[in-house]
Amino acid sequence: MNSHTNETATEVTQDYKIPFSLRRFVRAYSPQLGILGVFLTLWFIFIVSAPDTFLSGRIYSAFMTSIPFFAIMAIPLTIVVIAKEIDLSFPSIMAMGMVAFSFVYNGTAFIGNGTVRVLLAMIGALVAGTIIGWLNGIIIVKFGIPSLVVTIGTQFFWRGAVLVLTSGTNFPLTYIKETFLYPVLVGKIGGFLPMQMVWLIVITIIGWVLLNRHKFGAHVYLTGDNINSAELMGINTGRVRIQAFMLVGLVAAFAGLLYSFYIAYFWPSLGDGYLLNTLASVFLGGTSVFGGTGTILGTFLGAFIIGAIEAATVTVGLTGFWTQLIYGFIIVLSVIMHTYLRKRGE
Amino acid sequence: MEEYRLELRQVSKSFGEVKALENINFQLGRNEIVGLLGDNGAGKSTLIKIITGYYHPTTGEIYFNGHKVKDLTVPKARKLGVETVYQERALAELQTLWRNIFLGRELCNSMGFLDIQRMRNETHRLMTESMGFTSHAVSPDSRVGKYSGGEKQGVAIVRALFFEAEIIVLDEPTMGLSLKESAKLVNFVKGIKEAGKSAIFIDHNIFHVYNVADRVVVLDRGKVAGEFLTQNISVTELMEKMVRVAETGKFD
Repeated sequence: MNSHTNETATEVTQDYKIPFSLRRFVRAYSPQLGILGVFLTLWFIFIVSAPDTFLSGRIYSAFMTSIPFFAIMAIPLTIVVIAKEIDLSFPSIMAMGMVAFSFVYNGTAFIGNGTVRVLLAMIGALVAGTIIGWLNGIIIVKFGIPSLVVTIGTQFFWRGAVLVLTSGTNFPLTYIKETFLYPVLVGKIGGFLPMQMVWLIVITIIGWVLLNRHKFGAHVYLTGDNINSAELMGINTGRVRIQAFMLVGLVAAFAGLLYSFYIAYFWPSLGDGYLLNTLASVFLGGTSVFGGTGTILGTFLGAFIIGAIEAATVTVGLTGFWTQLIYGFIIVLSVIMHTYLRKRGE
Repeated sequence: MEEYRLELRQVSKSFGEVKALENINFQLGRNEIVGLLGDNGAGKSTLIKIITGYYHPTTGEIYFNGHKVKDLTVPKARKLGVETVYQERALAELQTLWRNIFLGRELCNSMGFLDIQRMRNETHRLMTESMGFTSHAVSPDSRVGKYSGGEKQGVAIVRALFFEAEIIVLDEPTMGLSLKESAKLVNFVKGIKEAGKSAIFIDHNIFHVYNVADRVVVLDRGKVAGEFLTQNISVTELMEKMVRVAETGKFD
């Protein structure tokens, strides 16, 4: 009897572990492995078709310069889509964040120190983005309107607000180049690694930790999987979804800062053209529009595939007319692959 | 005065114009199993969801251990020891077993970071000790969606037990179960009583309810139509009364 109790005690203290099996690993990580396969295949095709370009470092430096501007927004967007919602308003949030930036900068002229003013303006932009995300979430949750509809509306509203508040004018931001914040946001490490790439990696890691190691992420998956079950078991699904929209707002404002710093200029059209790239990265990465499944790594790779196709089609020797056709082909093919993998996994 | 584990006083619930429950008085004693009977639409599920904090009563009061509880929510009810096995099972089928076992009350540190290894350990222990699952398909990391109906119900029940519940609410737990699985479940409900806990048991099968309940409460059209101690009534009598209530709204 005594020995039996001891046995049970050791059983409990011992961690539950299963021996590694390749089959189980492949099954558990099939979405990530699937998109990794697509990524490596395309890369191989690019290298074989245009070895001069794809075996030199310059093209990668170029990718790491331009891709992070939309890729960082794809990370919180992945979280929103896993929660079975969608956000189409983030391109307008990018611009609206910069409007807040210039308001704060111009409004703090009494502070002599330019760096402090830029820093305050950056905080202003991030706060504005977060508030807009919060508003999206509040409208969606409190009125129970589908997020697709709400964010189509707010996307127009905030773009309109940008145009009204700036009278549609563009203006230079050359003053930011005099602060240390400029190299911190968009400088280049060793003349090769752009800082925006570092920020993308940081945000990707934070997004991964939030989603996979934090209670918030657990509740995001559960909300997207079965909102009714989640609510019966006491999860505040409204709060979870509002927080997810706030993350998109925050990161979209940050992306707006990165891009505007990079060109040291503000355009009221900032963010136009990022909508479909960002969404495509999320879906290409294997996140299901039905909610409950999706991975950060998939989105990260998806963004690089999307970002590389345009440059690649041209260097491979096709005309730019081919870009969209190839985009569409790869997106549809990948989504079919993900659906197939998901069905097998179930 | 005897203190009930749970007591509802004059509880009503309306959804717009529809009165789902009207002036319900309901008591659950310590170490008592109460069966809740009634036709479809009698208000059983609404009553359950008020007890679990999912719905707020339109009027009326709820007492736990003699203390009035205001604004009962699902997390609050769970803290007070109410665990529920819902008719719809309340599982997230795309997620792993351990995430379902700890659904809504994940083990985490003060910063909200999950203690995944501990949850997997506990899940593994529960599976083998309580559920008696030995099939390889059921592991802490497998998705609940591919389990059989009985296995899914097992997950929902074990989840309710794990958290030291004082009151276990079972809403149609035998629905979709095989005869063998149902018998197992009925035994299990008897075990709740032996463990000194209380339970509310709802089932379409009157024999299941009669077999395990100390007392049955019959609901009809949102009202309590009557209560019987099972020791004072035979199952045939109870069935006759049920039919009469459903037809006329009265017992006699």
